[in-house]
Amino acid sequence: MTSTTTLPAALRAPFAAGGPNAIDAALANKLLALALDAGGDYADIYFEFRVSADYALEEEQIRTLGRGITLGLGVRVTKGDATGYAYCEDLAWEKMAHAAKTAGQIAVGGGHKPVGIGNILSVPTPSFYAVPTPSLVVPAQDKLALLRAADKAARAFDPRIVKVEASFAESIKEVLLFTSDGRMATDVQPLMRFGVRAVAEDGPKRQSGSGGGGGRYGLDYFADAKRDAAAHGREAARVAVAMLDARDAPAGEMPVVLGPGDSGILLHEAVGHGLEADFNRKETSNYSGQMGKNVASPLCTVVDDATIANSRGAMNVDDEGYAGQRNVLIENGVLVGYMHDRLSAKHYGIKPTGNGRRESFRSMPLPRMTNTSMLGGKDNPDDIIKSVKKGIYAKRFSGGQVNISNGDFLFSLTESYLIEDGKLTAPLKGVNLIGNGPEVLRRVDMLGSDFELSDGIWTCGKDGQSVPVNVGTPTVRISSITVGGTQA
Amino acid sequence: MSGVQVTEQTIKELSDVAQLAVELAKRAGADHAEVLVRDGSELTAKIRLGEPELVQEAGSRALGLRVLKDGKRAVTYTSDLRREALEALCAETVTLADFAERDEFALPPDPSLLAKSYPELDLYDPRVAEVDAAWALKQAIAGEAAARKHDARVTNSEGATWSRVLGATAFATSGGFVGGYRGSYASLVVEPLCDDMTDPTNPKKRNGYWWTASRFLAELDDAEKVGIEAARRTAATLGSRKVETQECAIVFDPEVARGIVGTIFSVANGSSFWRKSSYLVGKEGELVASPLVTITDDPLIPRAPGSKPFDGDGLPTRKNGVIDKGVLGPVLCDVYSARKLGRESTGSAGRGIGGNPGPTTSNLVMQAGTMKRDELLRETKRGLYVTSLMGFGFNPVTGDFSRGAQGFWIEGGELTFPVSEITIAANFDEILKRIDAVADDLELRSSTAAPTFRVSHMTLAGTSR
Repeated sequence: MTSTTTLPAALRAPFAAGGPNAIDAALANKLLALALDAGGDYADIYFEFRVSADYALEEEQIRTLGRGITLGLGVRVTKGDATGYAYCEDLAWEKMAHAAKTAGQIAVGGGHKPVGIGNILSVPTPSFYAVPTPSLVVPAQDKLALLRAADKAARAFDPRIVKVEASFAESIKEVLLFTSDGRMATDVQPLMRFGVRAVAEDGPKRQSGSGGGGGRYGLDYFADAKRDAAAHGREAARVAVAMLDARDAPAGEMPVVLGPGDSGILLHEAVGHGLEADFNRKETSNYSGQMGKNVASPLCTVVDDATIANSRGAMNVDDEGYAGQRNVLIENGVLVGYMHDRLSAKHYGIKPTGNGRRESFRSMPLPRMTNTSMLGGKDNPDDIIKSVKKGIYAKRFSGGQVNISNGDFLFSLTESYLIEDGKLTAPLKGVNLIGNGPEVLRRVDMLGSDFELSDGIWTCGKDGQSVPVNVGTPTVRISSITVGGTQA
Repeated sequence: MSGVQVTEQTIKELSDVAQLAVELAKRAGADHAEVLVRDGSELTAKIRLGEPELVQEAGSRALGLRVLKDGKRAVTYTSDLRREALEALCAETVTLADFAERDEFALPPDPSLLAKSYPELDLYDPRVAEVDAAWALKQAIAGEAAARKHDARVTNSEGATWSRVLGATAFATSGGFVGGYRGSYASLVVEPLCDDMTDPTNPKKRNGYWWTASRFLAELDDAEKVGIEAARRTAATLGSRKVETQECAIVFDPEVARGIVGTIFSVANGSSFWRKSSYLVGKEGELVASPLVTITDDPLIPRAPGSKPFDGDGLPTRKNGVIDKGVLGPVLCDVYSARKLGRESTGSAGRGIGGNPGPTTSNLVMQAGTMKRDELLRETKRGLYVTSLMGFGFNPVTGDFSRGAQGFWIEGGELTFPVSEITIAANFDEILKRIDAVADDLELRSSTAAPTFRVSHMTLAGTSR
C-alpha cells in the first residue's frame, strides 16, 4: 500500500502492521477459530479505523470544525444462509474474543462439524485511488480558504444571492479483513465532499440552489478550474437565481429528457437496486428470474464499475475481501448480471463481483452499487431536446427512492425546464418524476453521445446502511413518464 | 442476559466520564465544555421463510465533546474513553476551535436556566433487556408464520425482524449541569410479499409491512396480530394501478399523516426560522392551518417513545404548543436558535454525539378529532386514501410539496381499488389550510403521531386524460 506510507501516525490504524495493536494472521486465526467453534461454516473479521473531519461556513463565518475517530471490528459467522454478527470497539483480546463467540452463536444446534481455517494469504488489491497527500494531513486553513472562496464566488455571482452555506467533509478509512477461507485484504480509502448552498431573493420570491462534488481525492481535486471551490459556489448561485423565475410544473404523462451526469440517479433507483442479488436470491425483486431476458430498450447498456479512478464509489477491494471490478448488468437491453456479495454469489454458484459493502464494522455486508452508469449512445444531445414538442428537461436532482418489489421509483428534480417546440423555455418549481423501473427503461428511445460521470456527491441508503456511490449517464430521452406537478 | 441491563450504576459511570471530560477540556483551555456520553446495546433477530437470517448483538460507547472558546466552536467525538485518550481529544478540540470564527451567539446557556432536577419518566423496562436471541427469533417466526397463514396470496416474504435497543445517556456541562437517564425500545416488523399477476405480461411483486413497538415488552402487540395485519395490508395492494390526473380529496392514513406532521416541524423550528429557510417565517400567531389542527410537542409523557427528562442544552423539557386550532405558536428552539431570534429557548434542543445542538421534537402529536375514521371515509365522495408516501419532494423555502403515493381509490365513500405510481402535489400552506376532517383514531405508537385526516383537494398526477 504505497498510499499509506506518507500518512502520519495519527491517521494510521492501530491494528495495521507496525501499529501499537498490530493484528497478524496468527491472532486472526485464533479469533476465527473461536468464531467457528459453535459450528459455523464461514467467518470473517473486519477491522476498521476511520478519521474524519468537517468544516462549515455560514453567514460569511467559519462556524464549526469537527473531528471524529472510529475504531472497531465486526465478526461475521455464517451457517447456510444465516448470519451471526457482533462487533466491539476495543482491540483488547477478551473483547474481541467475546464478539467472535457471540457471532458464532448463530450456528448453535446446527450440528457441530469443525471447519478448517485456510492458510491466510494476502489478496492482491488494485489501486484506483492512490492519493499522495490526503486532505486530512493538509492544514485546516487551506480547507477553510476553499469555503471562503466558494462563499465569495457565490455572492459575487448575483446581487440577489442573500445567503451562502459551504461545507467540506473528509475522511480516511483503513480496513483490514481476515476470512476463514484463508484471505487477508487491506485498503486505505480516502473520501472528500465539498458542498455549497445558496439562497437567492427577489422581492417576495425566494429560492435555493446547490453545487458540490468530490470523490476519493486529495485537495488536488480542486486543481481543475471547472470544479474548484469558486466554480461550485457559482453553480449553487446560478441554480438559485435561475429558479427565482420558476413556474408551477405540469402534472401528467409526458416525454422527459434527462441531462447527462446526475441523471444517473434515476438509473440507480429505476434499475440499480433491483439488480442487487440479495433481492433476486430471495425472489423479492421485480427482476427476479429475468436473467437473459429483455428488461430495457436495446439502447440501454448498464454497468456497475468499482474501478473508475478516484470516483466516489470506487473500491480497490470490497468489504468481503474481493477485488473491485467492472460488471456489466444490462447489455443492449438484455439482463446479463446481478451485483453480488459472498452469500448471493454462493447461492448462484458464481464468483463474487466485488459488490459486498458495509457502512462500517457495525454492519454486515450487503450487495451494493459502486459507480453505476448507463453508457453513451449515438444521438446529438441538442437533437434530443429538439425532438420534444412538449415535455420536461431534468438537470439537477435532490435524490430518489425505489420500491424494489414492484419497481416503482420516484426522483426529485431541483432544477428542470419546460421543453416547448424543441426549446428549453421556463424553469420549473421542484417536482417529482414517478415511474416503474422496467417500464421506464423500455421507454428509453434516444441516447446522447455525451456520457458524463456525476461529480461525487451521492450517498446510497439500504437497510439502514449508507455508502458512498457515484452515477453517470449521457443525455437520455424517455418517451413518457409521469410528472408530479400541480398544473393538471 | 443480565450483562446487557442498563443500571443506575451505568448512568453514574457515564456521568463521571462526562464530568471528567468537561474538567479536562476546561484545563485544556476551553471557556465552556459540553460532553455527551452514550452507552448502548442492540439485539437484532431477523428471520425469513421460517429460518434465521441474521442475529446481531453488540454494545458500543461513544463520547461527544463540544467546546466554546472566545465564541469559537469545535465538535469532536471518540469511542476511546480512557483518560489519556480524553486528554488528547480535549487538547485537539481546543486547538480546532481556534480555526473557527467568533460567533457572538455561541455562548453557553445562562446557568440559571439549567435543569436543577429532572423527572423520572419511566423509560426503561428491564424485561426488554432479558430477551435473548432465541426468544426474539421465535417472535419473528410467529409473526411471519401468521402472515403467511392468514392469506394464501402471501407467496413470499422479506422476513420479520424483532429488535431491541437499550441505552444510557449522560450529559455534563461546565455551566454546572449533569444528568443522565436510561431507555429501552423493542419492536417487531413483519414484511410479507405477494406475487401480482394481474398483468401477466408484466408480473410484479407487492410488498407491505406492519409493526409494533414500545419501550415496554408487555405493551408490544402479539406477533400473530402484527403478522395478520401485515398480510392484510400487503394483499390489499394486489392489482394496484394508476388513476387519471385530476384534483381530488386526499385522505392520509395515520402511518403517513405522522410524516406530514413531521414536515410541519421541519418548517416550524428556530433553526429554519433564523436561517429563513421556512415559508412560515413571520407567521407566528397567524392562522397557518385549518382550525381543526392542533399539534403539541410533549417530552414529559411517561413511557412514551420520544420522552426525555432534559434537553440537549441541559435545560428542563416542557410541553410546547406548535399549532393551536390552526394558529402557529412560538416555534421550537434550542438555546442557539433562540438567541439568533432574540428570544428564550423552548427546551427543545436535541444533540448527537458529533454535532452542535439544534431544535428537535420529542412526542410531536396532532390531536385527535371527534369523527370516526369510517364516517370520514363515508362522507368522501371521490379521492385517494394514502397509505404510503415516497421521495423527498418538499421545498421548505417555498412550501412546494410533491410526493409519490400509494393507497386506495375512494368512490362514493368506499375504498374501491388499490392505486400506485402516482404523485400528489400542492403548496404546503394550502395543504394545511385545506384539512377539513380529522378522525379520532390517534395512537401514540411512535414519537411523531397523528390521526387520519383529509385534505379537501390536491393535484394527483397519474395517467393522461
